[in-house]
Amino acid sequence: MSATTAPGAGAAGQYDDVKTDPVSSWADERLGIYKGSKNLIRKVFPDHWSFLLGEIALFSFILILLSGVFLTLWFNPSMGEVEYHGSYLPLDGVSMSQAYASTLNISFDVRAGLLMRQVHHWAALIFIMAIMVHMLRIFFTGAFRKPREINWLIGFTLMVLGLLEGFAGYSLPDDLLSGTGLRIASGVILSIPIVGTYVSYFLFGGNFPGHDFIPRLFTIHVLLIPALIVGLVTAHLILVFVQKHTQWAGPGKTNDNVVGLPLLPVYTAKAGGFMFVIFGVVFLLAGLVQINPIWAYGPYTPDQISAGSQPDWYIGFLEGSLRMMPNWEWNIWGHTLSFNVLIPSLIVPGILFTALAVWPFLEQWITGDKREHHILDRPRNRPTRTAFGVGGITFYGVLWLAGGNDLIATHFHLSVEALTWTFRVLIFLGPVIAFWCTKRIALGLQRRDKDKVLHGRETGIIKVSLEGEFTEVHEPLSAGERYRLTAHEVQKPLELGPATDENGVERPGNRALKLRAKASEAMFSDHVETTVEEYKEIEAGHGHH
Amino acid sequence: MNTLSARRRHPLAAFVVLFLALGVIGATYATLGSSSAKASASVAATPEQLVEGQKLFQSSCSSCHNMNGQGVQGSGPSLIGVGAAAVDFQVGTGRMPAMQIGPQVPSKPPIFTQDQIDAMAAYIGALGAGPDIPDPSLYNGDPNDAASVSNGGVLFRTNCSQCHNVAGAGGALTDGKFAPSLRETSTKHIYEAMLTGPQNMPIFNDNVMSPQDKKDIIAYLVQTRTGSNPGGLDLGSIGPVSEGLFVWTIVLGLLIVFACWIGAHTTKASRARVAHFEATTGKDASDND
Amino acid sequence: MTDRDMETDHLPENTGGAGHGAVTTVAEDPFQDPGLPAHRPRVTDLDPRAAKRAERQVALLFMIAVVGVIGSMVCYTFVPNTKVHRFTGLGTVNMNNLALGLCLGFAFLALGCGAIHWARTLMTDVDLVQERHPMKSDPESTAFAVSEFKQGVADSGFTKYPLIRRSLLTAMMVLPLPAVWLLRDLGPMPKDALRHTLWAPGMKLVNPNTGQPLRVSDVTVGTLALANPANLNDDPDERIDNLAKAAVLVVRLPQEALKGSEAQKKKQWDWSVDGVMAFSKICTHVGCPVALYEQQTHHMLCPCHQSTFDLSDDGKVIFGPAARSLPQLPITVDADGNLVAVSDFREPVGPSFWERG
Repeated sequence: MSATTAPGAGAAGQYDDVKTDPVSSWADERLGIYKGSKNLIRKVFPDHWSFLLGEIALFSFILILLSGVFLTLWFNPSMGEVEYHGSYLPLDGVSMSQAYASTLNISFDVRAGLLMRQVHHWAALIFIMAIMVHMLRIFFTGAFRKPREINWLIGFTLMVLGLLEGFAGYSLPDDLLSGTGLRIASGVILSIPIVGTYVSYFLFGGNFPGHDFIPRLFTIHVLLIPALIVGLVTAHLILVFVQKHTQWAGPGKTNDNVVGLPLLPVYTAKAGGFMFVIFGVVFLLAGLVQINPIWAYGPYTPDQISAGSQPDWYIGFLEGSLRMMPNWEWNIWGHTLSFNVLIPSLIVPGILFTALAVWPFLEQWITGDKREHHILDRPRNRPTRTAFGVGGITFYGVLWLAGGNDLIATHFHLSVEALTWTFRVLIFLGPVIAFWCTKRIALGLQRRDKDKVLHGRETGIIKVSLEGEFTEVHEPLSAGERYRLTAHEVQKPLELGPATDENGVERPGNRALKLRAKASEAMFSDHVETTVEEYKEIEAGHGHH
Repeated sequence: MNTLSARRRHPLAAFVVLFLALGVIGATYATLGSSSAKASASVAATPEQLVEGQKLFQSSCSSCHNMNGQGVQGSGPSLIGVGAAAVDFQVGTGRMPAMQIGPQVPSKPPIFTQDQIDAMAAYIGALGAGPDIPDPSLYNGDPNDAASVSNGGVLFRTNCSQCHNVAGAGGALTDGKFAPSLRETSTKHIYEAMLTGPQNMPIFNDNVMSPQDKKDIIAYLVQTRTGSNPGGLDLGSIGPVSEGLFVWTIVLGLLIVFACWIGAHTTKASRARVAHFEATTGKDASDND
Repeated sequence: MTDRDMETDHLPENTGGAGHGAVTTVAEDPFQDPGLPAHRPRVTDLDPRAAKRAERQVALLFMIAVVGVIGSMVCYTFVPNTKVHRFTGLGTVNMNNLALGLCLGFAFLALGCGAIHWARTLMTDVDLVQERHPMKSDPESTAFAVSEFKQGVADSGFTKYPLIRRSLLTAMMVLPLPAVWLLRDLGPMPKDALRHTLWAPGMKLVNPNTGQPLRVSDVTVGTLALANPANLNDDPDERIDNLAKAAVLVVRLPQEALKGSEAQKKKQWDWSVDGVMAFSKICTHVGCPVALYEQQTHHMLCPCHQSTFDLSDDGKVIFGPAARSLPQLPITVDADGNLVAVSDFREPVGPSFWERG
């Protein structure tokens, strides 16, 4: 165990024997690199696998940028019609857009083109998956709490941008599958009250599909959104550095320190190594597993369709929400309000995403906790938050499953209609059941922790006493383990004093306070507390044996 | 005896149990799943096709389609005028005789030999005018003829892929019905299906889709069977859903394994080794770094 | 195992926190932090031979990366892009893609594993402890920054000259407007384009498979035929846009199969030619082509969101998210026996929109 401290101002002459190389000195005299990096070089990062999920997103994004540049060298984002005469025989002589023809060219005639397309697409699926898994880790461990709320919002924005970027990229090749996706998107845009028709006509440059959309989407996909993502990722990482990484509770780890291994050399090697591991996994995937075979889908034309038309997984929840919605549509005063499209495609994701974005602020409002938090929560110790999270995952999961209802139907020999009705019920029931179960499980795990702390670990060894009594031998926990299991705050519901003061004057903001108390009650009324008194009592009890 | 009970409280015990349980379920499912498909051989055909056909029809089909093929209300449709091609398709793909009541009669290994099927087809064909069993020259499209294959592809995506999926993987219809996969279907049966419209499949008669068009579609399907996954494992050719599942299970699992390796505590030297080191060198092991 | 050598005197005497006004109450950690455990050495820290072994393993992994990278360039050059090979379990794959993927994949993987192995076996594993400091600025900095800012504002006269302040704010407010205004030429006004298709009185229904006009006799009961307007290819630039609205399906239903009110049955029959009727192929939900025709049930299913239309009941929705019936195109037969449209669709086809009414 050792502590590192950055050097302060020393007396002149103290550091005279420090040798600097001329190149670094040249740079330092112009950029001040020694000043700037003195606290960075040995910056400490805590070790835990779940702290690497964000890195998966970062490194797959780097791979997306690199492979994307390769693809732009050949991709032609034009909707002009050409007759294909490349080496893919089954489409010979078929008329198609230049976007589709150039994607075929990349896939079949440019060496390493197919590989880079598959790298790009697999990395994109991994990118968005990693963002979401990383977000869930942050959510369930409470890493979004003060001072990291801003970084949560940046991360949230990155997720939304990732979805848009992914959908834009998926649509660019102008194949039958992605064209169908755009057709659905245009239908969704048309359903927007008042401005929908205009927005659609402006986006598509007239009637769907028109000739303008793919080139416009290309600029958005390769310039606008990537620039935003790069900027926000930079901000995200700067904040991680400035605020230092969170850590799990454990012996020697406090809210005022960070325990781990230094950036140079350990985390440089570990993170750099992980980057290459991710590159390796994606390249192996690209060599071995086919993704988005656009040649099999054929070029887009609005009168063709394939059974089992699905978007990439991250848009699947929207697809499912569209599929399970009942057909409500109103005609009022000569205008059409398509609730069957508006609710599932705009309102449901709107609510889902807003809830996600504001959660840190909502939770802070309930707890009234204005302290900084750097020690992570174990999900079981925040049963209500964990239950909310699992409820949300269930909601999303049902939408997701509903997006594949036709494939579930054919693969498990079920009827699509029955499945859709099941999902229509599950979308309400599922999250409630999941919430309840999760909360029970979390409390059960808390009790188990308490049991472990007080009685030690069950060893499975059964002893028979002379009186014939069977007992299981318990092995006491180490002091470190006991600390790890109990080093968390047990929050109790907000207690309101009398609503009026001694003069009968009502407390200001009483209604909001009551609401807060109710939320706090819901959030913290169930908890399992381990107290030292209990421990001492049991210790004392052991003494009597 | 004690080892098992001693280890059942091990922190990893739950995972071991989980894997065992999954293995057992998988194995059971595989055994049960494979036992349902049984084919049975049958007797040889007689030379008198019509007589043999009628005999076979009356013994195997007439309970649903009536003694002379005029159909039974609510049980089996009239077969007068369906043509020999329909019989060859329905019996040749094992759909007929139907075994169970369900939303749709599925294909299964045929229970009659081709000679018997031909006999029944001849008998039904004689009941009323209908499409005949096609000549092989009609359905054996050339999968290496670029013009034929690309025309077939366009026609397939315009007329067929809405139900059978662009890769011919099949798809869902209403109320539990489905369009079957075309990967294993013989070229003759594909042709006959287009011609006769079995069950809920619409008919693509020769006026709506010329015989050459049908042949092109078959050429396209055969071509895509042989060379459709240049990029690697095709994950069932059911599009982004299987890609998403793959990335959320295998890829995420793999990446987390690596993350665990990076994040895990390094393996420490055993206490015996430390003691040995300190005894031989006289240095404090924990300072030796 | 029952005798515990845990001393309990290090435990804090008092637990449970006090309430802080309207903050939820919090109990403090019941057990004292025993502090960071002592560092334990790895085998590579103690045994130079083990360290040497680890060094060789890392170097080997790095050399695999070199081989893989060179291999990828060799494969790029010598494995033809057109060569396919069938592997059991993998299918017929492009050899160039496979070789490149394997070479580069293993190269990267080896490089990464080498670095991680190096970090885990030979780099330090002694935990370092660094202090955290609150994000909040210290009072001195705060006071200094606030006074500097106030000085700056005072120097600007922002509060002193309200006319400047208000006019600047106004200018800032109008400034973003051109960002929207200048986008006007992105597309034309919709006008009534969504209400019209290429269908017009006397327009022939052309079968896209054969390129020939459809005739009544072509469409037998159970047949699914597709049709486009005869003038679809007249304007190649607009062809796809027009197709997106004009594509129709043609089926034939026996009169006794029709359902619904007498008026509806009469309308449906009158708009057909002896039961040969044309329906829009564009789903009224969000516009996918519907063409999954079940000839026995006369159901038409959309594969995108499973909206199901009953053609024998005037295209009414019987399941799924679509709200409106599939529009029927009134057709008749011309002097040559070809199917022709009586008029355009009598209602807008495809997805709903605000102005549809």
